[in-house]
Amino acid sequence: MAGGALSHIKVLDFTTHVAGPYCTKLLADYGADVIKVERPGVGDSARAMGPFPGDIPHPEKSGLFLHLNTNKRSITLDLKSSAGKKIAIGLSMDADLIVENFRPGVMGRLGLGLEALQALNPKLVMTSISNFGQSGPYRDYKSSDLLVYGMGGEMNSTGLDDREPIKLGANIVLYQAGSVAAVGSAGALFLSQDDGTGQLVDVSIMETQVGSIDRRMSALIAYQYTGENSVRAPLGASGYPIGVYPCKDGYLEVTGGLIYFPRVVQMLGDPPELLHPRWYQPESQTDPELKGEFEAHFLSWTLQHGKREAWRIAQESGVLSGPLNTMEDLSNDNHFNARGAFAQVDHPATGSLKYPGRPFVMSESPWDVRRPAPLLGQHNQEILEELGYGSSDVARLRTQGVI
Amino acid sequence: MSKLPLEGIRVLEMTVVWAGPYCTSFLADMGAEVIRVESLATFAPLTRGVRAHPTETQLQNQPLFMGGYPDRQPGDRPWNRFPIFNVHARNKRSMTLDLSQPVAMKIFKDLVKVSDIFVENNVVARMDELKIDYQMLKELKKDIIMLRMPAYGTTGPYRDFRAFGVHLEGVIGHTLLRGYTDMDASGTTPVYMADAAGGSHGAFAVLAALHHRRRTGKGQYIELGQAEDAMPMMGQFFMDYTMNERNSSTTGNRHPTAIQGCYQCQGKDRWVCITIRDDQEWWSFSQVLGDPEWASDSRFAHSLGRWEHHDEIDSHISLWTLQMDNFEVMKVLQEAGIASGPVMNQQDSYDDPHLTERGMFQEAAQEDTGTHLYPRAPYTMSQTPLDILRGPVRLGEDNEYVYKSVLGYSDSDYDKLEAQGHISMDYPEYME
Repeated sequence: MAGGALSHIKVLDFTTHVAGPYCTKLLADYGADVIKVERPGVGDSARAMGPFPGDIPHPEKSGLFLHLNTNKRSITLDLKSSAGKKIAIGLSMDADLIVENFRPGVMGRLGLGLEALQALNPKLVMTSISNFGQSGPYRDYKSSDLLVYGMGGEMNSTGLDDREPIKLGANIVLYQAGSVAAVGSAGALFLSQDDGTGQLVDVSIMETQVGSIDRRMSALIAYQYTGENSVRAPLGASGYPIGVYPCKDGYLEVTGGLIYFPRVVQMLGDPPELLHPRWYQPESQTDPELKGEFEAHFLSWTLQHGKREAWRIAQESGVLSGPLNTMEDLSNDNHFNARGAFAQVDHPATGSLKYPGRPFVMSESPWDVRRPAPLLGQHNQEILEELGYGSSDVARLRTQGVI
Repeated sequence: MSKLPLEGIRVLEMTVVWAGPYCTSFLADMGAEVIRVESLATFAPLTRGVRAHPTETQLQNQPLFMGGYPDRQPGDRPWNRFPIFNVHARNKRSMTLDLSQPVAMKIFKDLVKVSDIFVENNVVARMDELKIDYQMLKELKKDIIMLRMPAYGTTGPYRDFRAFGVHLEGVIGHTLLRGYTDMDASGTTPVYMADAAGGSHGAFAVLAALHHRRRTGKGQYIELGQAEDAMPMMGQFFMDYTMNERNSSTTGNRHPTAIQGCYQCQGKDRWVCITIRDDQEWWSFSQVLGDPEWASDSRFAHSLGRWEHHDEIDSHISLWTLQMDNFEVMKVLQEAGIASGPVMNQQDSYDDPHLTERGMFQEAAQEDTGTHLYPRAPYTMSQTPLDILRGPVRLGEDNEYVYKSVLGYSDSDYDKLEAQGHISMDYPEYME
């Protein structure tokens, strides 16, 4: 078995919830040895968040936690105790990367700031993930995934013109921040492994939205170019057919307006009434009467087809489209199952379950679930022994509540 | 100061629209030499424009992020003025060739021989047509890293299906998880999180492969199907189906336990987001509002009761926010320890003291658009600052550099290729 791409990297992980753990999941799933430091007794806050099997909360059965923490080892440490701090410092001496998402300043107060640790381990990279970054007037502000999308991302033009702006699915912006943090971490490590440069990678979740390719950066520069702000438009304001259309059994998303209109006409079987030149004038796509006429025609077609059938026919004419799937549709999808896009993961508390799988396939250094998400403190003994503690030390630390 | 992390790494890209170019922008920001290989024979829609030669009226009618060329004017070279392109094209280089002529493949192959990475995100048929695959690249450069980012991968029933990010999100189930709770799914407007995910995951993939290559001397083939790639971000929803066979639906702007919403404020189209998590925050919130009688209603004393009467609480909150400026709401609530922040439009972002202090926008110049403030990389590095060193690259801007310095072609070769139509800063006139 070939090793993962990052199997030479050791990561000390002080993250909780979604953004930080997703960053370290990417590193771990592609080979890095990730030691997850958790609070004794409670652990990562995601352990208390659902979904749970049968909706019964259990710290070892959170679907969110299990998904986000594959391939990591868990050690519990009371970072406020001196013995706990000593262990954390010991582990950081041997680490290439620390990832943390405490409130800004907390690592420093715990004696685990980058400067202090670099005195012992100069090539150390620290990736700090926070809501607003390690500096600036909003540094200590509280946040949520709604808030950070509203402040950073393109929420102001998401939704309808006569309604409130609306956010993305739960936690999406946090996953995105985690993936950006993984990019910064892997880049900084590429340098530190070469010339020993350690440094701080400062990831502000807000900035991962300001700098997002999902419309925001383009709208920002368009403001610079025009002085205009983006707006929420009425449905279907940019040509037809564009948007979500009901089908016999659900919905189909179609982008078939503007330059793509002829493909849609072909998909509908080239009906003579849609071949008339009036549909192909430069301003036809912005004519509301033509739009109304077309949509009546188009809807009668979509409503006669199932979403997957409509999708297949649309694709035969090269029409950009996709059905709105449920998780059930996705889980049962032949294409994704055939490609191995899901993973079957066995875990002592839940048994074997189907998880989302690899984001991408690497031919020489594959994604792999070497171990499921850890039980809280599962690797205390193993990790401490690697650090040179004897089994009596471990027993003492346990009694003292350090681990 | 240290050198940038990817100094000395050369990336070739044949990327379109958003996901591919976003991926390589991360690499360019970190110092890789990223060369866009751009064909003059085809105009990939939504890459350097919806059309090569848009009319002024067309630009007027498009949403800002598409039609927002400088002053909504196409200008002499519209392909250098497209907002969708210009935000990811910083720190990159551009060379042109005419891929409809067989000799262009020789040029491309010469480039592969001196490159480390090749990135593309076209429909699978496009690379088939050009006969570009990993085997071919590997024969030219043994340790090359190839990243392909087609919508659904290069195998399986959907391999040739066409999609933008918005369709991929439908397929992986995101679209049904967002939108207004009182409307059906036809009320959802497009978002493109799969492009963002593809970009950052793609860059991470390339970096992981570079780490691996340094350790083993081996290049490799990476396949990132953009739909699959964004599935891990559906984590809790997928796991809920796995565990409970439950299909979630949209919860709008709401939070599973907190009081949360986006509320209208004073002024035209001004909004503020608020998240009130627990009893302590609820108490602080009512203090900020001057301890109104409604807030001490016993039904609202605990989080479950508040959540059950969320609509009623929302209408009270709105009455308060409607009389307030949205930045003022943030200020007073954050001072009281409650998560709150305005929905920022573009002007708000550029005026924002926090983003300004953190240097989120950097000035960059480009001949066909002038000098403007562009968003920098979405994170910072303390020892190797990731600055915008070059403005958004113009079509063919680096032809001379690439053909002569990178490839070592002679002046006379260069002139010959120019006469054959490979080298230009303009798309042909006949192209719409």
